[in-house]
Amino acid sequence: MEDNIGIVSYGVYIPRYRIKASSIAKVWGKDSKYIEKGLNITEKSVPGPDEDVATISVEAARYALKRCKVDPQEIGAIYVGSESHPYAVKPTGTIVGEAIGATPDLMIADYEFACKAGTAAIQNCIALIKSNMIKYGLAIGADTSQAAPGDALEYTASAGGAAFLLGKEKIIANINATYSFATDTPDFWRREARKYPAHGGRFTGEPAYFKHIINASKNLMERIKTKPEDYDYAVFHQPNGKFPISVAKKLGFTYEQIEPGLICPLLGNTYSGSYLIGLSAVLDIAKPGDRIFVTSYGSGAGSDSFDITITENIKKFRRKNAPTVRELLENKEYIDYGTYAKFRDLLYWE
Amino acid sequence: MTTHYHLVSKFWREIPHRYNLIGTRCGECKTVYFPPRNVCPRCRRSSIGKMEKYKLKGKGKIYTYTIIHVAPETFEDEIPYIIAIVKLDEGPMVTSQIVDCNPDKIKIGMPVEIAFRKIQEDGDTGAIYYGYKFRPIKR
Ligand SMILES: [Zn+2]
Repeated sequence: MEDNIGIVSYGVYIPRYRIKASSIAKVWGKDSKYIEKGLNITEKSVPGPDEDVATISVEAARYALKRCKVDPQEIGAIYVGSESHPYAVKPTGTIVGEAIGATPDLMIADYEFACKAGTAAIQNCIALIKSNMIKYGLAIGADTSQAAPGDALEYTASAGGAAFLLGKEKIIANINATYSFATDTPDFWRREARKYPAHGGRFTGEPAYFKHIINASKNLMERIKTKPEDYDYAVFHQPNGKFPISVAKKLGFTYEQIEPGLICPLLGNTYSGSYLIGLSAVLDIAKPGDRIFVTSYGSGAGSDSFDITITENIKKFRRKNAPTVRELLENKEYIDYGTYAKFRDLLYWE
Repeated sequence: MTTHYHLVSKFWREIPHRYNLIGTRCGECKTVYFPPRNVCPRCRRSSIGKMEKYKLKGKGKIYTYTIIHVAPETFEDEIPYIIAIVKLDEGPMVTSQIVDCNPDKIKIGMPVEIAFRKIQEDGDTGAIYYGYKFRPIKR
């Protein structure tokens, strides 16, 4: 991109409750060592009974605004990507816009593309900024996804989100290029008005996650003539702790490149928040000149890849005005399965 | 059949103060009020037309608190929970739930900050109402 468009600020929010994979395994009579090793996950975040995608998005957006001097009235677009919006009809973005003082002169819409709605929101903000339709855009990816009790997804489906303020001025990270890859692949879905998703079992791996991430990543690197070794960090969507490690290996990235952004083992899969929280964990420690490769994945299916370079502005960036990803991960309280079932509304009575 | 959701208009009117702690400040004596007031009780008539919107910073201290063990039906999921009177840095007192804090860790004088949470749901089919609660300052 000839214009310098990129990340002006970012903020992350993770609910404070955690449940250990071993607490879930115990209820269903599974061997927790096998689960922890198989999925590379030891615990996941759980939203409190008064938290949802709107509250998580607002907290993340407020943290992003605390780290910069942008007047919320200058935000021209708010796009919230999620697959667990609190309302089926009534945009989450309207609640966020009002809560950060950005209304009423702006565009608002909610995005859906399973887990990759967050990067879809970023791409659309970039396009609007590039065409001078808006000065700043706020792209959010957040989820509080449910898993059916006893389903394999129950070990991973967690809650959290990240907000990225995009613009042209004082950017801490330049978004050099982006590329997307999408096909019709029924690996995971949730029908209208259903509480829990369904998935194609083993079908979720090779033809879905791996195929789309590998194609998007390879095609972007081919177009901009880069190689895995040109990057200091790489972040891939994290449906569990294992997939991102093996997709990185298949693409030729090392474990050292992905380790700083690999947050799933202690957080779970935050769906639309996953790769954005991973990228935020990298931004928490990145230095000027660092180059970051990011690829999201959304079931259904598609991937968005990004080539990002950290600018000198990160030196003066007020990271300390909001908590880092590591700080959020450390601020936790464990709950047992009974409390989890109550918080997540898994108990029924008539 | 159409169901009427009576809470909607009340909550909608209260969005500025529930989301962003928008209160008022008396142009005469500079006292800050939250929730907002149309007239300053100190300056009375001389404050009329001089009450300005004022955004509170959202920080304060626990003035006093109580632990709720028996809750109204819609809040049963959260018991035991803390309800406190928070003295905001600008002066006003607000009653609020304290979140992200174990009931045995709460103390009078504890510094707290604004959090954005669900306040109430109008049943399973009604609107969801959001607004401020407070949480301990961790950093
Ligand atoms: Zn007065």
